Amino acid sequence: MALGGDARVGEVVESSSTGFVSQSYRLYGAPHLGALVRTGGPCPAYGVVHEVATRGIDPSRRPTARGEGEASEEDVYRSNPQLEHLLRTDFRAVIVGHASEGGTLYHLPPSPPPIYAFVHVCVADELSAFSASTDCLRLLAGSGIAALEEVVAAFLRHAVAAQPDPQAFLAGAGRQLAALIPGDFRTVESILLRAAP
Amino acid sequence: MTYRESSGRYLGVVVGGSMTRGVDVRLSPDCPVEEMALGQHVVIQGQSRRFYGVITDIALEWSDDSIRANPPDTSNPLIAGVVATSAAYAMLRVLPMLAIEGEFAMLDGPAPARTVPPHFAPVRLASEEDVQVVFGAEDSRHFWVGNPLDMETRVCLDLEEFVTRSNGVFGKSGTGKSFLTRILLAGILQKSAAVNLVFDMESEYGWMGTSEGTGMVKGIKQLFPSRVGVFSLDEDHSRRRGVSPDYLLRVGYNQIEPGDIDLLRENLGLSEVAADAAYSLARHYGQERWVRSFLDVSGPEMRELAADLNVNERALSTLHNRLSRFRRYDFMTERESDESVEEILRYLDRGIHVVLEFGRHRHDLSAYMLVANLLTRRIHERYVRRKEEAMGDASREPRPLVITIEEAHRFLSREVASQTTFGNIAREMRKYNVTLLVVDQRPSGIDEEVMSQLGTKLVCLLDNERDVDAVTAGTYGARELRSVLSRLDSKQQSLVFGHSVPIPVVLRVRDYGTAESYRELGFLEASEMRRQMERDADDLFGGRD
Ligand SMILES: Nc1ncnc2c1ncn2[C@@H]1O[C@H](COP(=O)(O)OP(=O)(O)OP(=O)(O)O)[C@@H](O)[C@H]1O
Ligand SMILES: [Mg+2]
Repeated sequence: MALGGDARVGEVVESSSTGFVSQSYRLYGAPHLGALVRTGGPCPAYGVVHEVATRGIDPSRRPTARGEGEASEEDVYRSNPQLEHLLRTDFRAVIVGHASEGGTLYHLPPSPPPIYAFVHVCVADELSAFSASTDCLRLLAGSGIAALEEVVAAFLRHAVAAQPDPQAFLAGAGRQLAALIPGDFRTVESILLRAAP
Repeated sequence: MTYRESSGRYLGVVVGGSMTRGVDVRLSPDCPVEEMALGQHVVIQGQSRRFYGVITDIALEWSDDSIRANPPDTSNPLIAGVVATSAAYAMLRVLPMLAIEGEFAMLDGPAPARTVPPHFAPVRLASEEDVQVVFGAEDSRHFWVGNPLDMETRVCLDLEEFVTRSNGVFGKSGTGKSFLTRILLAGILQKSAAVNLVFDMESEYGWMGTSEGTGMVKGIKQLFPSRVGVFSLDEDHSRRRGVSPDYLLRVGYNQIEPGDIDLLRENLGLSEVAADAAYSLARHYGQERWVRSFLDVSGPEMRELAADLNVNERALSTLHNRLSRFRRYDFMTERESDESVEEILRYLDRGIHVVLEFGRHRHDLSAYMLVANLLTRRIHERYVRRKEEAMGDASREPRPLVITIEEAHRFLSREVASQTTFGNIAREMRKYNVTLLVVDQRPSGIDEEVMSQLGTKLVCLLDNERDVDAVTAGTYGARELRSVLSRLDSKQQSLVFGHSVPIPVVLRVRDYGTAESYRELGFLEASEMRRQMERDADDLFGGRD
């Protein structure tokens, strides 16, 4: 499920100072783990996707199995077109900075993004501009989210692809991480090993 | 000229430390720890002054204990690069020694540091300019002795300051003491800082010396023919080497004093009683005749003499036996006036440096010590008298004299230093315009008090703990100096510290023995000398056309 261009992928449905939850417009259409996203609103926030979840729209009822008679998983969805409306994909992002008149700031926005703020995936120029400074890792590394190593490594994998000098970028990021995660070089090492292209 | 910001290589920043221990410098990741060396000089830029210090320790540090047990995979260049610039790093310990204040530091020179630079002050390797500000540029009194490690800058000794105290050249055998001494002698000559009197045991300073590398090197007589006189105790030896000595030195039995025997006591294997008997003999026969008369005593007369003097007969015969060895010295005569001493003094007074060669007696320590002690005593007496007669009138004072002795610990050991002329000279400093340049491979044998009076020490590699202790005792930063000392190269490297350098410095001693090195010291080849004379003549009579 590739995402094209500067795609709008969803809307904010839950918001706080440090992160937000968005509903994806399309079922399974959420950005990848570690992707950089940006909200609309008066104070656009940048976030890194750290959790993607798909479930039934009614949280009290679990979907029932439907594929016993079908040949493939795709056929299940083809035979049950209503599923697109009974299931939803949400994704959580941790806020890693925000856009201001002066440019990108690598700290929390003064107010969280409003509900229904549009959410875009940042690619190419926007991603490379945002990750040009290793400061972009500061909020992420300090966020205390589950699977932190995985998310940071995934974020770096996206970012490194957008950078002109991937080796220098990773070395800089490694130094920054060593400073942000003091006394635990093993973690830094494992992140770098997973991030290297 | 104002003193600009240092242009030396950036090393890192100060992150902690103290005045007594030295400050800790976090080495910048761009600076490979392999390129650092103990003893290197650095400058630390504080807010209002610049500190000048020495690297006294280099340590590998880590911010994460787990990497010690589980080192990261450094075969991966990315990981290697990151760990080397973050969790694993190097620290330098720097002892701040001098503070250089204000932009006129070039004129004022440095003062001892009394505090430490602030946190995060940037640290750089000392640049050529920094070294010059601290050690002074070559001029009429500053003499180039060597270069700091890995630098082309010339480090200079203030020779006028140098000769006001006794100094020492130390190092184990073969480390370059003789070469360094020859360079210092040439420097004292070149800068006319003093006149030298050299007791040249191995005949290596006057006409020529030997070098393991190139065979022969020129002595100071060859470099400055008209300003050096070679005195010899052994004419044959000198002739064999194709040198005709300027003066053939003789020593008379009448000139030997009981004190000389005291100094030789250990060497001659005499008991204290036997050495003391010399004083009784001198009283008995009179100073002028005691050795001669005593040597003529034989057989039964010995017992009578022992009874007369009230000394142990065995002791007396031992003394007799040992003194008989002096008969083998062909430089000894029945009687000598003080003519040879006067001749040496005449040379010195004319500003001509004197090297005394021992020739074939070089293996005979007793001969060396006897002659050196006896002459020095007499010359020192003359200097004391003349200095006192001058009564503070500088123009009438004798020229400052530097006496060079080898195997110095024999003259300056704990047992004898309090009685010998050499001990006196070392202790009284420049009071009578005489100082020593002691050359020794076993400084632990030298009396501590004498050691503490030495102004400047030039120390080549020493590996005996006690010798290292002896040279560094009582010096600021002794512990740090010790670690520098034991890591010197085995040749041509020297740690210089004390009175005439503002800060201890490890030097690669300047080369001696190449045509270039002779020229640098002021030597003119015959052809150049001719040209120089022609130029002088041209100046005098007007140029030819
Ligand atoms: N400044 C120098 N320039 C050139 N060669 C040097 C220099 N210093 C030392 N050397 C080399 O090292 C050798 C040993 O030096 P030197 O004879 O001065 O040692 P030493 O300490 O006086 O030894 P010893 O205790 O045996 O008298 C020399 O023969 C020479 O080859
Ligand atoms: Mg020697």
